[in-house]
Amino acid sequence: MTRPLSAPLDVGFDYTRSLGPTLGRFLSDLRRRRVTGIRGSDGRVHVPPLEYDPVTAERLHEFVDVAATGVVRGWSWIPEPLEGQPLDRPFAWALVQLDGADTSLLHAVDAGSPDQISTGARVRARWRGERVGAITDIECFELSDEPAEEPADADDVTMVTTPVNLHYTHSASPTEDPFLRGLMEGRLIAQRCPSCEKVYFPPRPACPTDGVPTTDQIELTDRGTITTFCVVNVPFLGQRIPPPYVSAYVLLDGADIPFLHLLLGVAPEDVRMGMRVEAVWKPREEWGPTMQNIDHFKPSGEPDAPFDSYSQHL
Amino acid sequence: MRPAAVVGTGQTHHAAKRLDVSMAGLCREAIDRAMADAGVDWSDIDAVVLGKAPDLFEGVMMPELFLADALGAVGKPLLRVHTAGSVGGSTGNVAASLVQSGVHDRVLAVAFEKQSESNAMWALSVPTPFTMPVHAGAGGYFAPHVRSYIRRSAAPEHIGAMVAAKDRRNGSKNPYAHLKQPDITVESVQASTMLWDPIRYDETCPSSDGACAVVISSEPTSGQAAWIRATAMRTEPTTFAGRDQVNPQAGQDAARALWKQAGITDPLSEVDAAEIYVPFSWFEPMWLENLGFTDIGQGWKLTEAGETEIGGRLPVNPSGGVLSSNPIGASGLLRFAEAAMQVMGTAGDHQVDGARVALGHAYGGGSQFFAMWVVGSEKP
Repeated sequence: MTRPLSAPLDVGFDYTRSLGPTLGRFLSDLRRRRVTGIRGSDGRVHVPPLEYDPVTAERLHEFVDVAATGVVRGWSWIPEPLEGQPLDRPFAWALVQLDGADTSLLHAVDAGSPDQISTGARVRARWRGERVGAITDIECFELSDEPAEEPADADDVTMVTTPVNLHYTHSASPTEDPFLRGLMEGRLIAQRCPSCEKVYFPPRPACPTDGVPTTDQIELTDRGTITTFCVVNVPFLGQRIPPPYVSAYVLLDGADIPFLHLLLGVAPEDVRMGMRVEAVWKPREEWGPTMQNIDHFKPSGEPDAPFDSYSQHL
Repeated sequence: MRPAAVVGTGQTHHAAKRLDVSMAGLCREAIDRAMADAGVDWSDIDAVVLGKAPDLFEGVMMPELFLADALGAVGKPLLRVHTAGSVGGSTGNVAASLVQSGVHDRVLAVAFEKQSESNAMWALSVPTPFTMPVHAGAGGYFAPHVRSYIRRSAAPEHIGAMVAAKDRRNGSKNPYAHLKQPDITVESVQASTMLWDPIRYDETCPSSDGACAVVISSEPTSGQAAWIRATAMRTEPTTFAGRDQVNPQAGQDAARALWKQAGITDPLSEVDAAEIYVPFSWFEPMWLENLGFTDIGQGWKLTEAGETEIGGRLPVNPSGGVLSSNPIGASGLLRFAEAAMQVMGTAGDHQVDGARVALGHAYGGGSQFFAMWVVGSEKP
C-alpha cells in the first residue's frame, strides 16, 4: 500500500499577554537591566516573581531586587538548537539561581561546549541591546565572575506578544486517501456502511453510528441539493474567500450526509433550501488531492427538491 | 449519593479586554468573590477543578499547571475539564460529583477565558489540507442550523430579535455583564448588520474576558445554599448521517435524564428560572424545545408571548446570558452559577421573585456536548 497523502499544516498566531501587576513589574525591570523577585510567605525570594504564594495562595506584594549574576544549579546541553530557541549555536539550558534569589530561573547559557559548563559555575546575564520588556531581554547567561551591565532607564511594559508557530504534517487517513486520489481524477468516491447502509461522502474510516469500517466504495455524480446554508458577510483573520459568500451544505444525490462548500452563480438573497446544484470544476490542470478541485457549486436549473427529500439531513 | 450544594458564587466584571489583569488575576477576581460569598478560606477547600475551552484560544497548553498557585491548588487535587463551549457546565458537574460521591467535602470550581489574548474566530477556522476553506467560526457553523430551525418551525423572523433585545436588557441589570444595553429594541436589533445570514450582529454573543467560580459543599458554610438536585451530561459526534443539528439527540437525552433525576415531570411549570446557553439568539427557542420545556416547533411561541422575560412563566437568562457576556470557557459555569444565585436569592436586580428551582445549561462544540444541572432552595 502506498503512503497516504500528506501536506504541511502551519498554524501560527501572535498571542498577546496582559501581564498584570507582578509579571508587568518583572518584565519592565528586565527592560531596565534589573532583575526583580518577590518574597513569599515563607521568606523565600522567587525569581521570576510569582503573583500568588505557592504556600498560602495569597497575593504577593514584596518585590526584592536580585543580582543579574548567579550560579548554575543544573543544566542540559543542546547540541542542535531548534527554531525559536534563544541561541542558534549549541548552548546549555540551565537552572540559574541568581544572587539574592532562593529559586532558579530557566535560561540559556552560552557556554561554547559542554565541557565548559558545570553545576556550580558562576554566570552573569548578557543583556540585549534593544530591550522590549521580555524574558529574552536577557539574551542568555554567560560564564563569568564579573558583574553584569549597569541598569538603565526605560518605560514600563504592560503587554507582551508571544508568537506561537506550530508546523504539522497533516496526513490523510487510509480511507480518505482513495477519496482524495479520486478527486485528482475528477471522481467523487463515497463509502457505504455495511450495517446501516448510509453513504458517507467524504468517506470515514468507520461509520460513526455503527462503529464498523465502511468498506463498500461507490461513486457519486457531482449534482445535489442545498439542505441549508448561511451567507458569510463577516471578514476575519485567515479567511480564504472574500465575503460576502454563501457557505452551503450540499447533499450529493445518493449520499446520506451533506458537506459544506461554496455556492456561486446566484445572488445570496435568491439562494433557497432545497435548491438543486451542480459542481463547477476548476480547469483539469489545476486539480490536486482536494475538494478545492470543485471551484464552487452553482444552481443546476432543476426544480427545487421537496423538503421531505432532505429534511432528515438537517 | 449524598447531597451537595453551591454555597458561594463569584464572577469577574466581564469586558472585551481585561488588560489590567493576568490570566491568574482574572481567575482570582472570581475565586475571591466566590470564597467570600461562601465564607470559606483556602484551608476549607479540598480540591480544585478548572474549566477552559480549547488551548488554541489563548495559546497556553495545560493552563491549569501554571495557574496552580493562583487557584490555591498546590498540594491539592487539581483537575482540568475540557468540553469546548460547554466546559463551564461540565466543570460544575465534575465538581459536584466529587462532593456527591463523598470523595471531598468542599470543591472549588473555576472556569475562565481571556479572549483578548487571541482570536477565537481564527482558532476555530484553521484551514486543514484537502478541505474546502468555507468555515467561518462559530457563527458560520451555527447559522445554517438556525436557518433549518426557522424553516422547520415556521417561526416568524422577529423571534431572534426579541430574544436578543430581552437578553441585552436583562444584562443591563447585571453589574458584571459585558454588554449593558437598556435601550435596545427589537427594531434596533433588526436594523443591525447581517453577519452570518440569518444571524445579525446584535443577535451574536460578544467576545469577552472573564471568569466564574463556585464553591460546592456537602454542608452549608454561610447559611445560603443552592442544592444540586440533578446533573446530566451527554455527547454525540459532530457529524453523522441523519444527525439532527437543530434538536440534537444528546441534548434531548441529557434533559430527559436531568428531569428524571430531579423528580420534575413538567419542567415548564416546575422550573422558576432558566440560564440557558444562548450564544446566538435563535438558540433560545431551539433549546426550549430540546430541553422539553415545549413541544417540538413550539419554543418560539413561548418567546413571542413574552413568557421568557423576567416576570414571565419561565424567565430565561435573567442575567443577560451568553448574549451579554461570553468568556467562552466560563460561560457555562456562569449559567450554572446564575441559576444557583436565583435560588439563593442573591441575583440582585435580575432576581426572579420567589425562584426556588432553577436550570443551568451549557452546550459546546458543534452542538455535541451538553451539560446541565437543576438547583433548588430545598435540601433534597
